[in-house]
Amino acid sequence: MIVEDLAVARGGVPVLEGLSFRLVAGAALILRGPNGVGKTTLLRTLAGLQPALAGRVSVPAESIAYAAHADGLKAVLTVEENLRFWAAIHGTGAVETALEAMDLRGLRGRMAANLSAGQKRRLGLARLLVTGRAIWLLDEPTVSLDAGSVALFGSVVRAHLAAGGAALMATHIDLGLAEAGVLDLSPYRAKAPAAGGRIGQFDEAFG
Amino acid sequence: MGALLSRDLRLAMRAGGGFGLGLAFFLLLAVLVPLGVGPEGGVLGKIAPGILWVGALLSCLLSLDRIFALDFEDGSLDLLATSPMPLEAVVAVKALAHWLVTGLPLTAVAPVLGVLLNLPVEGYGWLVLSLLLGTPALSVIGAFGAALVVGVKRGGLLLSLLVLPLYVPTLIFGAEVVKRGAAGLEVVVPLLLLAGITLGAAALLPFAAAAAIRVNLR
Amino acid sequence: MSIWEYANPKKFMQTSAWALPWVMGLAVLSLVAGLIWGFFFTPDDFRQGSTVKIIYLHVPAAMMAINAWVMMLVTSLIWLVRRHHVSALAAKAAAPVGLTFTVIALVTGALWGQPMWGTWWAWDPRLTSFLILTLFYMGYIALWEAIENPDTAADLTAVLCLVGSVFALLSRYAVLFWNQGLHQGASLSLDKEENVADVFWFPLLVCIGGFVLLFVALVLMRTRTEIRARRLQALLARERLA
Repeated sequence: MIVEDLAVARGGVPVLEGLSFRLVAGAALILRGPNGVGKTTLLRTLAGLQPALAGRVSVPAESIAYAAHADGLKAVLTVEENLRFWAAIHGTGAVETALEAMDLRGLRGRMAANLSAGQKRRLGLARLLVTGRAIWLLDEPTVSLDAGSVALFGSVVRAHLAAGGAALMATHIDLGLAEAGVLDLSPYRAKAPAAGGRIGQFDEAFG
Repeated sequence: MGALLSRDLRLAMRAGGGFGLGLAFFLLLAVLVPLGVGPEGGVLGKIAPGILWVGALLSCLLSLDRIFALDFEDGSLDLLATSPMPLEAVVAVKALAHWLVTGLPLTAVAPVLGVLLNLPVEGYGWLVLSLLLGTPALSVIGAFGAALVVGVKRGGLLLSLLVLPLYVPTLIFGAEVVKRGAAGLEVVVPLLLLAGITLGAAALLPFAAAAAIRVNLR
Repeated sequence: MSIWEYANPKKFMQTSAWALPWVMGLAVLSLVAGLIWGFFFTPDDFRQGSTVKIIYLHVPAAMMAINAWVMMLVTSLIWLVRRHHVSALAAKAAAPVGLTFTVIALVTGALWGQPMWGTWWAWDPRLTSFLILTLFYMGYIALWEAIENPDTAADLTAVLCLVGSVFALLSRYAVLFWNQGLHQGASLSLDKEENVADVFWFPLLVCIGGFVLLFVALVLMRTRTEIRARRLQALLARERLA
């Protein structure tokens, strides 16, 4: 994935600009920056859910798996049914390996409504494995996970990288991925128009 | 696509899915109207086609906001939008699932309610046929309306305001088929127009709805 | 110089500031002239008496009720294709004006219908179509109001306007199918033979011109307000972020 001179906006207001980086197979990149700097906005833009204000993102088609704050789980479906649905949508059959990897075997028949917050999160992350996609975009993946699960997830990510995948994640917690690069977003914060930043159409109207 | 359809059907059938609420509402309406209008069979038989069609339309409206709102809230819609399945197909499949759990059962029970409303014998066949042809349009148009308001919190009332005017042609042709059929008149023209609206809506509105969802996910 | 220059908010604000008093002045002038001419200097109709004079409000309002929707359709398309904010805001600004004209047409129609047909309201195709048009206007305005993000609202209302136009047209024909009505055919056409007599026709033309100008003036004024409100929102959003 190659990102060149990207600018993203939230609610019509530019938040990040001039961002360029490159994510190669087998590499992980961790996004850092204070709350509100635009980590979620950046991830959503890269996932194709919102248009970029400027710049270019080049990725192979259909290679991105996005995991947001919300896990997209249905409370009245069982753990296995939830995973099978996403596997079918993505045309893969890796449900068993995903259950195994995120230690969900024993919970497979349980309704998602009866899972704890951490178990739900693990199921949400297991979904990444059944997408069969190479580039993972993760937004705070470790929220509500205990120390053991964080380590488990760290090893899942490492296995994904070793298999030629890549990951871009916004997180404050150390996943134990020593090889991961860190990208601090603070220097790319969009400047206000007064300071020479991007000028919106409506600023110009009152020049 | 089959996976999405079977998931939506399963969600509708399980606890809290709201399956059956629309049917109960339809039944209530058919009971309340004679209580309000009076028991004369002649009057009831005359207004039965209109009441049954308006009832079907309102019952359909009840469950529209569930089509996308639940998936939007739990993040599934984001994930579906980034999946290999085109959003247009997601809309079409969800509208189909909505029809299978509302429009189709409504069509099945309509003749029973026709008895309650003294619908003339000649009208039953046309009632079922017109609902069978017309209710898919109600689901597709409703899915479009639901896509527009998916980002609005408590958008149920707004949804009704947007969708009901769009239901006007379907209602007019649908009720006209039953009215004419019950009176023993020619029904081919309104029947074809009704089918035309359903086909046109099913062919074109998924694109408009998918566009609206993309805007709402931004 | 291209017409799209006026889609620049700055250029639009400058030009409209200059044009608005002239358009408004002309609108008032032609409305006053047309209505006085129509009300006081035309003979009573031999059949309808003086009730016919409500035509000077009814017909222009009804025409503009439909034209306003067409204008919203065109500006919505321009927004979807070319992303000019002024175009989207003009559509937003036109909707309440169009709704008002629709209500005026319905009310004056009821006032005229009572002495003529002996009823305030009949489920005649034309009347019914206008009632349905009112519902479309209400839905469109409600959608604008319900959505916070202005660009999202502009996109969604534009899509609604496109789809709504198709269904409004369908409803028009469905209603014709459903009931052939009492209402006379169109009173005006280019074919002179079918028109109302000249003596009513000329003041009516002046009134129609007045309504068109009034519509343009009101939409210009409201669009200017919308542009300022949008600018204010952008400034506030920036301030909150900083």
